[in-house]
Amino acid sequence: MDHHQRWRPTVNEREFIERALQSDLRVDGRRPFDFRRLKILFGREDGSAEVQLGDTRVMGYATAQLVQPYKDRPNEGTLAIFTEFSPMADPAFEPGRPGESAIELGRVVDRGLRESRAVDMESLCVVAGKHVWSVRVDLHILDNGGNLIDAANIAALAALSTFRRPECTVGGEDGQQVTVHDPEVRDPLPLTIHHLPIAVTFAYFGEGNIMVIDPTYKEEAVMGGRMTATINSNGDVCSIQKAGGEGVMSSVIMQCLRIASVKAADITSKIKNEVNSYTSAKALQKVKRLPASALKKDNAPDVAMKESSDGALETQSTKPSSDGQQINKEPPSVVEDNKQEDVEPMLSECNPEAQSESRLTAGGSDETQEAISPKSLKDAVKPKHKRKKKQHSKINV
Amino acid sequence: MEYVNPLTGFRVDGRRPNEMRQLKGEVGVVARADGSALFEMGNTRVIAAVYGPREVQNKGQQVNSKDALVRCEYRMADFSTGDRRRKPKGDRRSTEISLVIRQTMEASILTHLMPRSQIDIFVQVLQADGGTRAACINAATLALADAGIPMRDIVTSCSADLNYIEDSAGGPDVTVGFLTKMDKVTLLQMDAKLPMDTFETVMDLAIEGCKAIANYIREVLLENTKRLECQRDH
Repeated sequence: MDHHQRWRPTVNEREFIERALQSDLRVDGRRPFDFRRLKILFGREDGSAEVQLGDTRVMGYATAQLVQPYKDRPNEGTLAIFTEFSPMADPAFEPGRPGESAIELGRVVDRGLRESRAVDMESLCVVAGKHVWSVRVDLHILDNGGNLIDAANIAALAALSTFRRPECTVGGEDGQQVTVHDPEVRDPLPLTIHHLPIAVTFAYFGEGNIMVIDPTYKEEAVMGGRMTATINSNGDVCSIQKAGGEGVMSSVIMQCLRIASVKAADITSKIKNEVNSYTSAKALQKVKRLPASALKKDNAPDVAMKESSDGALETQSTKPSSDGQQINKEPPSVVEDNKQEDVEPMLSECNPEAQSESRLTAGGSDETQEAISPKSLKDAVKPKHKRKKKQHSKINV
Repeated sequence: MEYVNPLTGFRVDGRRPNEMRQLKGEVGVVARADGSALFEMGNTRVIAAVYGPREVQNKGQQVNSKDALVRCEYRMADFSTGDRRRKPKGDRRSTEISLVIRQTMEASILTHLMPRSQIDIFVQVLQADGGTRAACINAATLALADAGIPMRDIVTSCSADLNYIEDSAGGPDVTVGFLTKMDKVTLLQMDAKLPMDTFETVMDLAIEGCKAIANYIREVLLENTKRLECQRDH
């Protein structure tokens, strides 16, 4: 029993929260169907992500190792979710064995991912019946601000989306010898993820007729029931968990599912954006290993990250002309002026970042001009980093 | 594998697509318990025993003194499945089902009428053949009624399978716990990917099943009350 120390609201607090909800007001000023601010951060290594959902913080970490497959599924890899409720996150979490809520959370996230076949398991098979990759996702609850399930689910998705497993080849005389390649030698491979099942939690109050999305810690202490719907952006229901509690009408459940599918689409695009900007930044970082002008390019990754998150790579080419006098002496500006025509100029946002960046492109181009040709040769060897190539070509012109 | 034979329209076990399995409920099967019941849905066989309301044994577990403390333990007998294997007590699955059953029963028990007391529900699966969760909840409801514990409504549970509606491989399974009189869903568990409108059909089917089970449970209880009345007269 891990809930006996859980914070309990006073009678007044309870009444305040319930009364406010009757007029669609929530204690933190949100509307009933608003999520708290979602922030996804990535660690230094692939496959680690930290999700902040309001005050709730969850860390996800994906790892993999080669194991023998289950007998009934000889040609499928495995995926397992492990939860760790750190005692520092909440006074109700006790060290040691996972409590009921930890098990429920793990199982809900696990079911949502596994039963909907979000991660392709067959591609994790190396030698059928002998070696498959076993992917393990560890979810650490760092701070409990309410609605752990949704945050943990996003953390698991973000970790899996950035996870790379080492490449391996099968060889030897019997054709069963597995060689795992060092990530430095061969680029590690991402998982095949078919869709992102997003968990959206509803809390029910009163006689089940008041509901809110993404409950906070205080709302969780007051609520009468809870339902977590895991839905992907196509509107497919991947799993539902409503473990007792206040009853609701079936029409209300369908209404919740429709709301959840809208929210799932929002969160899916958010995760995808963050993952894309992370992977492109990571790809750019690899360029740094190349000898020439390593120091200068130091800034490049985070510039690029900004750009791609805005979804407008073109701004890069337009921005330099905002402080034209610097660039005009450079040959690139001529081309850039042409480019300006097809993109609406975004000159108005002449922020310091843009300036420094333009200086980089401007200053960089004359010095790197001579260094460019050997570099682009190297790029040709590594065709993976299209992003990087694009940038070079831009400087090149 | 086909779940519904396209020629005859019958299922593997000879039922029609939306036909329920044979139900059987029996009250008072554990002599020492305050309330007990045996519930069968086809080959799935579950026994439930209720102790309480009694004094709280472990004061530390008491969440608040205004409501009764409900505890539940779900256990699957080692011989309940085909492969007879020693199952560790308190594995993730049974811990979750215990939690689910406890919260579902809490939704129907009038806990505020029994402050500072504890109700223990023990559920044991004797034979598992699908739908154990649903059978457990039905058995627990019968046992609670047998123990005379005040409830606001009868909770019944039924699971519906997509295969029974349209034959597709992989068994998406929806379990619904339903408060019949209030017309409200308290328990809802589903996994496997389903489009939203298909899900609605499956859920509605499960709710229909719950209503049928509620009628049956009422019959069993009425029968039992009549029997008790007869015994008193003699």
